[in-house]
Amino acid sequence: MNDMRLIQRTVDMHETKIRASGVDVFYGDNHAIKDVSVYIEDKTVTAFIGPSGCGKSTFLRCLNRMNDTIPICRVTGKITLDDEDIYDPKVDPVQLRAKVGMVFQKPNPFPKSIYDNVAYGPRIHGLAGDKSELDEIVEKSLRRAALWGEVKDRLAEPGTGLSGGQQQRLCIARAVATAPEVLLMDEPCSALDPIATAQVEELIDELKQNYSVVIVTHSMQQAARVSQKTAFFHLGNLVEYGETGKIFTNPEDSRTESYITGRIG
Amino acid sequence: MTLTWLVLAVLALAAVGYVMGRSRAMASAGGEIRALHSLPRYYGWNVALTVLTPAFGLMALWLLIQPVFIDARISSQLPDAAVSETTTRSLVMSDVRRVAEGLGQIGASKPESDPDEEYLSDLKSRLGGAGVALASDIDPAVYLAAERYRAGTAIGASLMWVAVLAVAVGGFAVSYLLTNKDFRARNTVERGILLVLIAAASIAILTTLGIILSMLFETRHFFADHPWQDFFLGTVWSPDFRGDSQLAILPLLWGTLYISLIALLVAVPIGLFAAIYLSEYATPRVRALAKPAIEVLAGIPTIVYGLFALITIGPMLRDYFAQPLGLGDSSSSVMTAGLVMGIMLIPFVSSLSDDIINAVPQSLRDGSYGLGATQSETIRQVIIPAALPGIVGAILLAASRAIGETMIVVLGAGAAAAQFDRGIGELVNPFEAMTTVTVKIVSQLTGDTDFASPETLVAFALGLTLFVITLGLNVLALWIVRRYREQYE
Amino acid sequence: MTDMTAGASAAPKSSLLAQDERTRRRNAAEARFKLYGVIAITLAIVALLFLMVSIMKNGSGAFFQTFVTLEVELLEDKLDKNGNRDPAEMAKVTTFGYSPLIKDAMAKVVADNGIEIDGLKKPEDLISKEAAAQMRNFVLAHPEMVGETRPFEFVASGRIDGYYKGRVTMESAARDSNISPEQLQLADALKAAGALETRFNWSFITWPDASENRPEVSGLGVAIIGSLYMMLVVLALALPIGVAASIYLEEFAPKNRFTDLIEVNISNLAAVPSIVFGILGLAIFINFAGLPQSAPIVGGLVLSLMTLPRIIIPARAAIQAVPPSIREAALGVGASKMQTVFHHVLPLAAPGILTGLIIGLAQALGETAPLLLIGMVAFVREYPAGPPEGLFDPATALPVQVYNWTQRADPAFVERASGAIIVLLVFLMVMNTLAIILRSRFERRW
Repeated sequence: MNDMRLIQRTVDMHETKIRASGVDVFYGDNHAIKDVSVYIEDKTVTAFIGPSGCGKSTFLRCLNRMNDTIPICRVTGKITLDDEDIYDPKVDPVQLRAKVGMVFQKPNPFPKSIYDNVAYGPRIHGLAGDKSELDEIVEKSLRRAALWGEVKDRLAEPGTGLSGGQQQRLCIARAVATAPEVLLMDEPCSALDPIATAQVEELIDELKQNYSVVIVTHSMQQAARVSQKTAFFHLGNLVEYGETGKIFTNPEDSRTESYITGRIG
Repeated sequence: MTLTWLVLAVLALAAVGYVMGRSRAMASAGGEIRALHSLPRYYGWNVALTVLTPAFGLMALWLLIQPVFIDARISSQLPDAAVSETTTRSLVMSDVRRVAEGLGQIGASKPESDPDEEYLSDLKSRLGGAGVALASDIDPAVYLAAERYRAGTAIGASLMWVAVLAVAVGGFAVSYLLTNKDFRARNTVERGILLVLIAAASIAILTTLGIILSMLFETRHFFADHPWQDFFLGTVWSPDFRGDSQLAILPLLWGTLYISLIALLVAVPIGLFAAIYLSEYATPRVRALAKPAIEVLAGIPTIVYGLFALITIGPMLRDYFAQPLGLGDSSSSVMTAGLVMGIMLIPFVSSLSDDIINAVPQSLRDGSYGLGATQSETIRQVIIPAALPGIVGAILLAASRAIGETMIVVLGAGAAAAQFDRGIGELVNPFEAMTTVTVKIVSQLTGDTDFASPETLVAFALGLTLFVITLGLNVLALWIVRRYREQYE
Repeated sequence: MTDMTAGASAAPKSSLLAQDERTRRRNAAEARFKLYGVIAITLAIVALLFLMVSIMKNGSGAFFQTFVTLEVELLEDKLDKNGNRDPAEMAKVTTFGYSPLIKDAMAKVVADNGIEIDGLKKPEDLISKEAAAQMRNFVLAHPEMVGETRPFEFVASGRIDGYYKGRVTMESAARDSNISPEQLQLADALKAAGALETRFNWSFITWPDASENRPEVSGLGVAIIGSLYMMLVVLALALPIGVAASIYLEEFAPKNRFTDLIEVNISNLAAVPSIVFGILGLAIFINFAGLPQSAPIVGGLVLSLMTLPRIIIPARAAIQAVPPSIREAALGVGASKMQTVFHHVLPLAAPGILTGLIIGLAQALGETAPLLLIGMVAFVREYPAGPPEGLFDPATALPVQVYNWTQRADPAFVERASGAIIVLLVFLMVMNTLAIILRSRFERRW
């Protein structure tokens, strides 16, 4: 398997990381996601776009079973990660979420120090053997999130004291520190100013070298800038999925075109 | 009864004022309501309130000041000879007041000549018949003072009638004359009502002032008789009504804190885990059943817990723990009181913690779950640290409750003060009976009390200390909780 | 960037379907943690049930009373020597004059039923000492009955009552100076003959307190009236003052230091130990203002001050919950601020205010400590007069009566105290249920 992946990477053909087929999601009586099938490639940025309430965030939360924390939410259909069904009763959502990390819409650093925020994941998953390994993971993660230079002298200060953009990058560092295989981002820039947004977008572009990134976004420009694949959701349906360039220049479905040209939103 | 009549007279005047004020306003507008500035009833209310407020205010003030004034005057006229060595002036004055009151009850008229022995002893038995029991024979000086007291009170009462009625009529006249169609009656009435509202809100301040002043006043008396060093720094509590008491707060404080500690050791883990379970794990159905059940514990009066300690927990602990372990054979003990108080505090800790845990934003939970943390890891490492200040505040409030709790310790903890000279073993033995500050306040202030002796007055010093400690804890706790809430708003 | 690999990508790939050792450990910790929660809840509920069961078990006996029915001859020469049936004259015969009649009646019933018990002494001790007074009251109320023989139902003595409630046994009676095993045998014989029975009895709630050695006739009458009077005072004072203060603080108070001072005071007063209010009452209302000790008016005043912050806090919340749009609507049609509040805000907030009031009253009803200090522990047998004069008469209160009974030696008073708690809890339950109904019926969500 590993060898095969190496070969595929060189030819710029990405293996499918996540495959969803026939997924339906219900909130109580509300049918939020209707029969969605999609595959997400490794080492690729996939963007979910669509008007508000179209179900893109809900679908994203299915991918690491975050919907489990909502009692009235019910998911049917099949979602696999590396060909293993993530809704299999034998799967522990805790283990799944270690592999499929998530960054949220609003920066939500824990009320702890910057260091402890990043070290939280490695600690609970036992990724570091000793303190120096943990230090190393923290530093690497912060570097990867392009935050190291700004915070390296104040790792002991609370994470809540950072600016909005820094907080969001701290959350990304926190997610990266767990060494996930997939990173889900739920509108990661919606609470940020344009400069911070640019920094995060740059970061996403770099992250795709190691991870499969799925990003939900409201901004079509952002989707166009950072993603290779785009999925367009509308009223709980997956309307169209394909290469980002194609979706934005030559959509097949009229609804996609209406959305992109600003007629539905 | 005369007071009732005065109240009724003022009320009647106010009622007349309402009707007359209303009709005068109507008349000034020529019966045309639209010409009036305010609705007619406001003109009526204006007159009525101007009659009532100053009159009742004066009456209240008068009733408050008159006894003090008369007391001071009679007391200063009382010859020194009337105050024998065994009593104090204030005790004699209380006799004077009681005799005066008794004279009023039996309706005795003043005799023509100065009263002789025979008249006084007859008077004593007559007073006894009216329910005014006097310890000794009536001293002639006391009798004379009592007569003067009665006369002074009577004059005071008549003067009050005159003054109150004059103010009422004056208010009536002024407001009636002011009434015409352009008078802004509604604004005036509303300003009056606002003043009433402000007065009602100020009662909270007055209560606190009353608490502090009354206790300070009596505590000062106590410290005049008893050195403060002995009270705060002494180590022995042994009151003796024959005098020569040792009244130190430390032994009582030790009992109070020890019992509170046990109570918190019971209540905090149970309350906190119950709150965590209910807010993070419980299904809506379990929550709907368990939460009210725990809150029932909060609605149970403390006397019920006290009885529970006395008749159930105390004997149980004695029979199954203290005696087999050889730790004592008293059913009232630190453990009994602490355990039951702990049960009482469970809902207190759990409902406060529940609120506080629920105030932790969902985004923090999501963040932690998103990293693959289990629910308990999220709770222990994210939610509890985030909620910590609030939980500390809740625990402080619970501690303040425990320290001020009375009935459970009165019935469950025992009456013997901790004895520091008996060694540490007895001090920390939780099955030893031990008394607290509140128990001693109750025991020193119930039964026959003599407000001149330090043994009684010490209760006020204890009360003041208790008030200061709990106030400190409350202020600190409320401040912490408020800051905590602001953090997440 | 590219030369860095994340910490764990080097680690071997793990399957989702197999739990690794660490995850198993973490899940076990999770289960343990959850179990602690379940244990905590269970402990709390078990404590509640244990408390309830203990009180019920100890207290239910108070509502049952053992009675002995005797045919008593109301002898004229003992009760009315002059034979003119003048109650004033007959009142000169004290209860001591009635005791022999009861003694004779007892001897007669023993003889009539052919009961023979070796070593039986003083069979009349089966009857409460209160019986003579009971008979005297009856005779003075019905002087014409003198000379007749009529059945009287007397309360059995505390020990006999305790025998049928399991408190007294043959063994304990052998060691007891107040009762003998023979007397217990007699009681059993009388029960078989139908002259003695234990049955449900409401008098516990209506009788006044009784002295130390007559637990069988002690009741809650005075205490219930006292508590009722105090609640009336609290209602009359705390409701208007509390509502007025809440209105001021929510609707009119400017943001300044005076308002802050009031706010701080209210929140602190809500947490001041109740006994401190007792000290306040003693110092201000009794020592300074000279109001009588043991009087419901003083108790009511103290409880009002104590309850005030507990009423103000929910009342403010209720007023706050009325949406601003309602105020704007009223102000918009030209109502004054005062009219807006009294015509619109207050009626809408009323259910919330009432709920808070009832809960505050319930708390006040159960409060004991401050009442001890203002002399409500006194032994009071006289029912207070009707209000308003009765507010100044000595009385006790329900929770204080409980305390009072716990201080007495006779174990029968434990049953009485627990019985009083049951009565208290029933009152509280009714009040709280009322509050819950009010809240669910009238609560509005905006």
